[in-house]
Amino acid sequence: MSVLYDVPGPRARRLSLIFSIVGGLLIAAGLIAIFVFLSQPRINAGGVAQPGVFDGSRWDLLGDRALYRAVWRGLSATLLMAGVAAVFAITFGILLSMARTATTAAIRIPAIVLIEFLRGMPVLLMMLFILLVFSTGQFWAGVGALAVYNGAVIGEALRAGIASLPRGQRESGLAVGLTPLQTRFSIEYPQAFRQMLPIIIAQLVVLLKDTSLAYILGYQELLNVVLKQGPTTFGPTYLFTLFFVVWAVYLAVNMALSWIARFVARRTAAGRGGGKSRRTEKIIAQLGGAGMAGASDPLSVPGARSDHDTGYQP
Amino acid sequence: MDAIIENLPRFVDAFLMTLRLLVVSGIGALMIGTLVAAMRISPVPAFRGFATVYTEIIRNTPLTLVLFFCAFVLPQLGVRFDYAIAATIGLTVYTSPFVAEAVRSGVNGVSVGQAEAARAIGLGFGQTLTMVILPQAIRMVIPPLINVLIALTKNTSVAAGFAVLELVAVSRQVIQFNGNATVTILVAVAVFYLVITVPLGQAANLLERRVMVQR
Repeated sequence: MSVLYDVPGPRARRLSLIFSIVGGLLIAAGLIAIFVFLSQPRINAGGVAQPGVFDGSRWDLLGDRALYRAVWRGLSATLLMAGVAAVFAITFGILLSMARTATTAAIRIPAIVLIEFLRGMPVLLMMLFILLVFSTGQFWAGVGALAVYNGAVIGEALRAGIASLPRGQRESGLAVGLTPLQTRFSIEYPQAFRQMLPIIIAQLVVLLKDTSLAYILGYQELLNVVLKQGPTTFGPTYLFTLFFVVWAVYLAVNMALSWIARFVARRTAAGRGGGKSRRTEKIIAQLGGAGMAGASDPLSVPGARSDHDTGYQP
Repeated sequence: MDAIIENLPRFVDAFLMTLRLLVVSGIGALMIGTLVAAMRISPVPAFRGFATVYTEIIRNTPLTLVLFFCAFVLPQLGVRFDYAIAATIGLTVYTSPFVAEAVRSGVNGVSVGQAEAARAIGLGFGQTLTMVILPQAIRMVIPPLINVLIALTKNTSVAAGFAVLELVAVSRQVIQFNGNATVTILVAVAVFYLVITVPLGQAANLLERRVMVQR
């Protein structure tokens, strides 16, 4: 229950019920209107009548094994690019966060400039740059741009994670005689990683979505194989069906990843307990953006301010 | 450098197209996003459910797929418009849930005591929201909203793949005839983007600092 309104009394309940019914009807009417619109037969540009979107002749494709072979081919190319890019992005992110938190200004300041520049560039432009300037081929152009961009975002998240640790962690590491680098790797990073894991996974969802940009370069990924080439293979009337299939696959994969992020967030929250859980709660609150909706009621989480840039970006 | 100076009018047109995509779909996304956020925090379950499902579905769909739908699937369903308009609609729809989440997290960011105090002196839901929560939330929401707009600026580049002549698309065309100036052209395009994003980012930082001082 939200603090914004009371536990409703009889009148408020009745009013809410009326609103709910009217609102529900409006939404349902909208959906039905879309449904009716889609199911109407239409005349295409050539003057040939085509069946409505929900006509069986448009959906018999779902029984065709060639479709699933195409989906698999596209999906594996997408996942391959996302996987390779994710490994490079996390590695690059760790390197950047180290450079960003270095005590030497000569390393730190270029790192800040680099991170800000990379985060401000369109991924597509970076892909194009790598493709045209380094002639790497579409796969590595995609991987390179995704790794560099998401690496910068992950690096920033890791830095925020390290910055949010109590100062005593680093100080006691140094006090027991570990070198600064040892302190970083055996004390600070493990904690920062655990704290930022939900954010990193959320960023991996972004990375996965962005692999579809490689379609514009001509890489043979899911969108390209099924949606662009599909109409030629299976027939142009299936375009809507193919769109639906691709959409469902993307939703399934991304929502599975988001679910994992939510699961991880909850686990790390449960595992630390007590005094520190508020910080994790705060991170989860920022991730309200990251498919973690419902993790908190409106107004129930304190201070989900600042650090927006580590959250889930469009 | 010659390649850029020779094609300057084309780049300026392309820049204006990028700006147009940004401004129109930015305004559209702000309106739809605020509406969705309002639905999301409303006491009416039907609205809340719809807003949640809408947010979840759109946010997990790649922008490329949304633009593909607007540019190539909708025309097949008999809805035809100019490619630039199709891209604007796609960008609007894609950005709106991010706006909604930014607004919602702003409302969440107002401390609970504020709402409790408002409730305690007898304000209703509408009064609490419009007189106590929103005036504070709007201030908090502006920096993240600017971040969404920066992301939108970068996202307009995706329209290049869907027959819209904005910066990236034009740079590709120009590069075809000026292969030896590839790096210069792409760097120039990057500068065009920075012209939009850097001031936006600085405005966000400035506003964020202002808000922090006031708290």
